Amino acid sequence: METVLHFAPYTGWVYPNETIIEWSVLIAVYPYLTGLVAGAFTVSSLYQVFGFERLRPVAHLALLTSLSFMIFVPTPLLLHLGHPERAFNSTITPHLTSAMAMFGFFASFYVALLILEGWFAYRPYIVEQAQKRSDLLGRVYRVMTLGSYDVSEHAMRIDRKWIFALAVIGIPAAHGLHGYVGFMYGSLKSREWWSSDLMPVIFLFSAIISGVSLLAVLYVASCKLRKLAVDLACLKGLAYTIWAFIMVALVLEGLEFANMVYKGREGIDMIMQYVTGPLLVPYFILQFAIGAITPFLWLSYMIWRGTTGKALVVGVTVCACLVLFSVFMMRWNVVIGGQEISKTGKGLLSYHLPFWGKEGALMAIVLTLAPLALLFGLTRLFPPWAEHATHAHG
Amino acid sequence: MKNDDQPSLSARRAFLAKLGGAATCAGAAVGAAALGVMPSVAAKTEPAADGASFPTKDYDWTKHQWGFGVDATKCIGCLRCVEACKAENDVPRNAHQFRTWVERYVHLEGGDQVHIDSQQDPVNIEASGSETTFRFANRYKDAKVYKAFFVPKLCNHCTHPSCVQVCPTGATFRTEDGVVLVDETYCIGCRYCVQACPYGARFFNEEKHVADKCTWCYHRITKGLQPACVEVCPVGARIFGDQKDKQSPISLFIRNNRVQVLKAEMGNAPNVYYVGIDKEVN
Ligand code: SF4
Ligand code: SF4
Repeated sequence: METVLHFAPYTGWVYPNETIIEWSVLIAVYPYLTGLVAGAFTVSSLYQVFGFERLRPVAHLALLTSLSFMIFVPTPLLLHLGHPERAFNSTITPHLTSAMAMFGFFASFYVALLILEGWFAYRPYIVEQAQKRSDLLGRVYRVMTLGSYDVSEHAMRIDRKWIFALAVIGIPAAHGLHGYVGFMYGSLKSREWWSSDLMPVIFLFSAIISGVSLLAVLYVASCKLRKLAVDLACLKGLAYTIWAFIMVALVLEGLEFANMVYKGREGIDMIMQYVTGPLLVPYFILQFAIGAITPFLWLSYMIWRGTTGKALVVGVTVCACLVLFSVFMMRWNVVIGGQEISKTGKGLLSYHLPFWGKEGALMAIVLTLAPLALLFGLTRLFPPWAEHATHAHG
Repeated sequence: MKNDDQPSLSARRAFLAKLGGAATCAGAAVGAAALGVMPSVAAKTEPAADGASFPTKDYDWTKHQWGFGVDATKCIGCLRCVEACKAENDVPRNAHQFRTWVERYVHLEGGDQVHIDSQQDPVNIEASGSETTFRFANRYKDAKVYKAFFVPKLCNHCTHPSCVQVCPTGATFRTEDGVVLVDETYCIGCRYCVQACPYGARFFNEEKHVADKCTWCYHRITKGLQPACVEVCPVGARIFGDQKDKQSPISLFIRNNRVQVLKAEMGNAPNVYYVGIDKEVN
């Protein structure tokens, strides 16, 4: 079989084997998806655990969003493997010094946790549907009751305890999962661009802002689709959350960059040449200026002026979209950017993103949007609107 | 983590079983060793002494500790080693992936910058006229060269290999005799190791869909032969041998020279020793 190699053009001196860039856009999509999972889960736990009442309208949407995205998290990885049929090798014989080996376990644990929490949250609804419906769907709901039809106040109290407990466990699980994704890059000493102790934390905070932003967009969209008024208090709650975390994310990223420049280790000249050259637009303009600083200032302005009504809805939605874009650019700049700076510290490569193919742009878009389709389906089965589901507090 | 360079035993055992039908005795240790709790014991439970070890009968990997030397002052950049390696090891016949390569460092008179290239550089490929035979183009013939030298490169078979550390399956591992190998029947092709190697020694084999790199010609050295690149080098710039044998070429090379390793600050503790490289070489 003829294999086509996409080799990367380069300048300066790069190791010969580096001229084929091995981690494609899919490896940028992967942390993007896990980040959305962790961020969406944050919203659900802010409500369930920390009692942020104003987030009530999105709490269950958050849970379903987390689950939908989590189910798709392994797909970019599987598509990228040379031997996807051997994927379980890393689960059967995990090599414990590898940051990647535990992924299967963490991910399965977390999916199970999400399903369990979702089950408790939707139990009354499932029971109600199981009793009401006599069609095929009714049968599905009957299976999902797992034989438990008890929705008495006593049973619900127990359910609420479970939800609370699972949400509490879910916080370290979701954030651990994502921080660990950051560690996968930060722990590699081969590249100055990745090798940073701050990497896991940076990943975490950008994850939170992306997940909260996603929920803001989904919430506004769902209200429009259902022709309901947007709960402004809830939207404001989301906006505050984005605002607070974006600040931390910006500070952390700034610190990391400053550290790298200030330490000025070998290879820094190349990095400077890179960030002021090919990376100028994706990094400083798209990721920071447009994607992070603009929404930060805009949100600050709205909070300061007490903006409300339509202006608030439009403002927060646009800001949230910008943040979603910024976080994707951050993943891109880390994963692709890291590989564009040669390990020699003396050369730069340039990655070409094909449109078609297993690891092309189209696939990346499909994989990012597919969870939304699943989410749409799930909201049909389990309407996440507040009145249907159980909440940890009353 | 440095003391845990042993691969997960089960993966390695699967590898050995496939290649030589060895080591049923290790079974009992699998559970514990797969948890990484007893790597040193694990290594001892599978000696090659039963005579059916990988890849050569009667080869005992506990009796050797291989090492490689590069005398950059001797290299003439003929690239025979690169071609021999490609032929011997069935390395993909393209101009982008190599198990070994040679770098050329050139300082021009009056310039303060070093010019570095390797055989894969488009100018050199054009000069050779093909992507399967290699030569260095005479690209500096009109300039005054101030200082120039060649540096052969290959996997360093590190004592603390980053590639082994990050491999999620244990498909890449370090043998008892100090060689870092990839089990191509077990590798899932995630390429984490390719990213982790600080030296650019690894590539992804698009034909086999697995990670690939130099093996020091393990199939040859376990039969008492030299690696192909060492064998063809016309000037003796590549030196290979057993570090346990104090009279071997590599032991003498290390003893008689002030040797250095590449990127020592990485902590990988390479087992390829260099003589005659300059400050820019990394
Ligand atoms: S040089 Fe790279 S591939 Fe070779 S053993 Fe060291 S880390 Fe692994
Ligand atoms: S590509 Fe293969 S050898 Fe390399 S880390 Fe992945 S599974 Fe291990």
